[in-house]
Amino acid sequence: MDYFRDIAVPVLSVGGLGLIFGAILAVADKLFVVKQDSRVEEVLEALPGVNCGACGYPGCGAFAEAVVSGQAPVNGCPVGRKKVADELSRIMNVSGVASDERYVAKLACRGNKETAKVKMVYHGIKDCRAANQINGGPKACVYGCMGLGTCIRVCPFDAIGMGNDGLPVFHSELCTGCNRCRNACPKQVIRMVPQSTNVEVMCNSLAKGAAVLKVCKVGCIACGKCAKVCPTNAIEIGDNLAVIDQVECINCGKCIEACPTNSIVRV
Amino acid sequence: MTELLMIFFAAVFFNNFVLYRFLGICPFFGVSKRIETSLGMGMAVMFVMTLASIITWLIQGYLLNPLGLGYLQTITFILVIASLVQFVELFVQKVSPTLYKALGIFLPLITTNCAVLGLAILNIDFNYNILQTVVHAVGAAVGFTLALVILAGIREKLELNDVPRAFAGIPLALIVAGILALAFSGFVL
Repeated sequence: MDYFRDIAVPVLSVGGLGLIFGAILAVADKLFVVKQDSRVEEVLEALPGVNCGACGYPGCGAFAEAVVSGQAPVNGCPVGRKKVADELSRIMNVSGVASDERYVAKLACRGNKETAKVKMVYHGIKDCRAANQINGGPKACVYGCMGLGTCIRVCPFDAIGMGNDGLPVFHSELCTGCNRCRNACPKQVIRMVPQSTNVEVMCNSLAKGAAVLKVCKVGCIACGKCAKVCPTNAIEIGDNLAVIDQVECINCGKCIEACPTNSIVRV
Repeated sequence: MTELLMIFFAAVFFNNFVLYRFLGICPFFGVSKRIETSLGMGMAVMFVMTLASIITWLIQGYLLNPLGLGYLQTITFILVIASLVQFVELFVQKVSPTLYKALGIFLPLITTNCAVLGLAILNIDFNYNILQTVVHAVGAAVGFTLALVILAGIREKLELNDVPRAFAGIPLALIVAGILALAFSGFVL
């Protein structure tokens, strides 16, 4: 009987305490329940979940909350594109806002190993941001791509690869428009262009024409020939660089033929 | 009254839980990066400590001692503290989502905060009555918050300074904590 008492009393008292606390917690769970909009979870599930921050919110969770509270548009996720936007508009019960137009990253430089001159041999850290600190990098043109591949490493979607010519290759079918490469590039030579339009000035140089010709065979020298032949006046020359207004551009390609340095291409 | 004041100030300064007894070191370094969060943590600890020491005192006096189950003290107290922290977590989530987000992982960590368990056991060891227990608990929590806020204030300043790489972050915080403990030992002498 003593043995029974020695075992039963501690077991019952500790077990009883556990039961009581468990009951209190169960009641508290119901009492202090935080009402969360069930749509937040639905939206979160429909999102890609990469937490890339391209929408401007810190991660998919914050974006989902913003969508449900009406602060963010349902097509605010540039990664998910139309598919996610359709799904979100179904969950949020709004319609007619989804658009398939998306922006993809393109390299606004064609100065590869053959066409662009190099002013020094760089042996430092293989990172554009580091190389840029040393007298503007190894390339003679301070505006051009240095080809050290920082954009490749920051891309979470493997949409950028290194080409044989020493310039990164952008795969627009994989690009989600998250802007990470553009933000990481110290030269700001990566541009976001609408996928539907495909004629672009692939040069970033703001140097005068003669200075461009000295360092690069394919740089824009701001001669203005493209602007003259453009049937819709979509091209403007400013800051020694031709800029195509993608809203006016009809993709006729006349500027491509007119450009003496081949800096305008179909992308 | 004097005795209660003695207990309170002893717990805050002389026998500071963090800097003299070296209890609750995990949140001492984990939550001491910003003064705001360290204050929030201090308040949560105060709430838990006061409630936990009252409940553990009652359990010790009216359950464990009459049944001769003193050896179950540790496991019972841990049970009490763990459930209390869960309760506080639910409560804070409902009342102040901002504080809930700020405390983050450290609210559940109070569960395993030895300062709370240490306090509960010390109350019993010192043979305190219920009033002394409450005063001791509040004093201990105030001392804990004080140590946390002082360290957070120093670390906020340190972040703006050029610290040798080997010392940056936790190593320097440990050194600062050591010097703080030395300074607090001055109260005893």
